[in-house]
Amino acid sequence: MLKTEELQINIGPQHPSTHGVFRMLVTVDGETITDLKPVFGYLHRNHEQIAEQNTYLQNMPYTDRLDYFNSMANNHAYAMAVERLAGIEVPERAEYIRVLMVELTRILNHAGALGFLINDMGMWQTQLAFGMREREKILDLFESASGARLMCNYFRFGGVARDLPPDFLPRLKDLLIALPSFVDELERLLRENEILLQRSEGIGVLPRELALAYSVTGPVLRGSGVPYDVRKAEPYSVYDRFDFDVPVGTVGDVYDRFLVRVEEMRQSKRIIEQILEQLPDASGGHINPKARQNVRPPVGDTYARVESPKGELGFYLVSDGSGKPYRYKVRAPSFINLTPLGDMCRGYKVADVVVILGSIDIVMGEVDR
Amino acid sequence: MSEQEIQLDLERQGVFLSTLNRFYNWGRRSSIWPMAFGLACCAIEMMAFGLSRYDVARFGAELFRASPRQADLMIVAGTVTKKMAPQVVRLYNQMAEPRYVISMGACATSGGPFRDGYNVLRGIDLLVPVDVYVPGCPPRPEALLHALITLQEQIDRQKLGRVRWYGAGDRPQTSDFPVPTFGAQGLEVEGKLIDPVGGLPLLSPYTSPEQGEQKSGRIEHPEIVRTFPIMDPTVELEHALKAKGVAPEIAVDDLKRDEVDDAQA
Repeated sequence: MLKTEELQINIGPQHPSTHGVFRMLVTVDGETITDLKPVFGYLHRNHEQIAEQNTYLQNMPYTDRLDYFNSMANNHAYAMAVERLAGIEVPERAEYIRVLMVELTRILNHAGALGFLINDMGMWQTQLAFGMREREKILDLFESASGARLMCNYFRFGGVARDLPPDFLPRLKDLLIALPSFVDELERLLRENEILLQRSEGIGVLPRELALAYSVTGPVLRGSGVPYDVRKAEPYSVYDRFDFDVPVGTVGDVYDRFLVRVEEMRQSKRIIEQILEQLPDASGGHINPKARQNVRPPVGDTYARVESPKGELGFYLVSDGSGKPYRYKVRAPSFINLTPLGDMCRGYKVADVVVILGSIDIVMGEVDR
Repeated sequence: MSEQEIQLDLERQGVFLSTLNRFYNWGRRSSIWPMAFGLACCAIEMMAFGLSRYDVARFGAELFRASPRQADLMIVAGTVTKKMAPQVVRLYNQMAEPRYVISMGACATSGGPFRDGYNVLRGIDLLVPVDVYVPGCPPRPEALLHALITLQEQIDRQKLGRVRWYGAGDRPQTSDFPVPTFGAQGLEVEGKLIDPVGGLPLLSPYTSPEQGEQKSGRIEHPEIVRTFPIMDPTVELEHALKAKGVAPEIAVDDLKRDEVDDAQA
C-alpha cells in the first residue's frame, strides 16, 4: 500500500459548479474525499435585519430575492405567515391562482435544477438550454400576470396583486399541451443515459435515517425514501382538494433525486390541470377587499410553512403590534439541505462533489440570506 | 469628407481600407468572452442572456469562461457582499488586459435594495473601474444585451495610443488593483476605510464623472458626496400613492381599499 498524504483544497467561492458563491474546504487523499467543510456567508445580505426595519408589505419584494429561482413560492409562504398573524381571509379564486403560480414555479425550478445537475456532470449547457427553453415559456406567463419575469412580487395579503390577464388561461393550456413532451423527452434522453447512470447511481447516498436526523426536506428527503411533503402532511391553501402523488426514491443517491424531480414536474402538471377545472370565476375577486396592505397584526407569533420546490420553506414572525415585524426568521430549505453535504461526499471522488452539490439544488440567496 | 466617410465610401465600392485601430477594435468587440461568474439573482438573467432565447452568440460573447485568465469581461451579476469583495477584486486582477466590467443590476451598482445591510458593498465601482452600468432588479436579458452593445461601441472608440493597458501618455501603468482587507472598522483598502456602514453615498474613485478619464488606479477616500434631490429638504416630494407612472393601478387600488376600510370603521 502506498503511503499517501492528505491535501486541503478550496472549491469556490468562484467556481462554475458551486451555484453561486459557495466555498467547500475539501480534504482529499489522492482523488478521494476524506473531509468536506462548507463555508457560507459570501452572499449574506442581511435579509432578516433589513426585514425587521421594513413594514410587512415592504418585505414582500425582499422575499422574492431569497430563493430567486422561485419567487412565487417565497411570496406564498410569507403571505400565509402574515395572513395567519393578522387574521386575513383569502378569497377562493386567489387561493387557486396562488397554487397555480406555485406549481408553475415548481416546474420551472425543476427544469432549471435538472439542467444544472447535468451541467455539473459535464454536459456543458446542453441540458440547461433545454430546461431554460421551458423556463422562458413559464416566465412569459408570469410576466403577463405580474409584470416581472423573475422577481414577481405578485402576492398580497389577502390575495394576489391583480387578476389573471384575459389571455393567461389560453396560453397556459397551450403550455400544458407542450409540457409532457418536454418531460418525456428529458426522461427518455437521460433516464438510461450511460453517462448519467455512471455519474449518479450510488453516488452521494443519503440514508433515510441520516436524512431525517439532519431534518432535510424536499426532493432530497423524498429521494431518500421518506414520503414527506408539506402539501400532504399539513395541507395548506387548497391543496387538500387536489389529487396528486408524492414520488419517493429508494436508495437516496443522486439518481433518485433526479427521478423524483422529473416525476414532481408531472405531478405539478396534474395539479394545474385540476386547478383549471376547479378555478372559480372572477366574481369572487382576486383579493380580499377588506384586507389592508399596511397591516398592524396583534401581538403574537406565528409560523407558516409551504412546500417550496426546494423543501419546506417557513417564515417565523413575531409581532409587537406595530407595523413592522419584531422578529423575522426564515427556515430556508436550501440551507438545511446543505448541512449533510460533508457526510454525503465523504468517500467519493472529487468529481462527484460537484454532482452531489448539484443534486441538492441550492440557491445561495436562500442559504446565506 | 472626413476620414471615416472616405473609408465608408470606398467600402461601398468594394475597396476595404482599415486603420490599425479599427482592426484591433473589430477583433476585440467581436469576441468579448465573459467570465462565468454569478453572484446572486442577476446571474439567472445572465444565464438567460447566454442561452438560446436571447442568444448572446449573435454578438460574439457566448463563450463563458470559467477561468478569469481567459476572460475579457467580468459581469458583476448580483450583490457584492463585504465577504466577497476581496475575491471579486482578486478575480479582476487575474483577468488579462484588455478587460472590461459590466455592473449588472442595482446591487452591483449601488447596493440596490440591500443597500442598508451591514455586509453589503454599496457599488462595485468603489473597488474596480466599471465600463457599463445596467439598472434594474434584476435587469432583463435585453438590458444586458444593450449593455454589451454599449460596451462594443465604447471599444469602437478606443485608440491604441490612448488606452490604459498600453501605458500611453502619463497614465500610470497599473495592472493590479488593491485587494481590500478587513480592518477593525470594516472593509479597508490600503488602510483606508471604504463604504462605512450608515455613511452617505460614495463617489467612485474610478468611474465618477468628475474624475473623467483620469483613472488613477489608486483608491483615494472620496471627500465629495453625491447629492440627490431626495436628500434636499427644500424639494417637496409628491405623495407616493399619487405618484403617476409607477404602477398607477396598484396605487389606485390601494387607495380604494383604504377608503373602504376607513368608511366601514
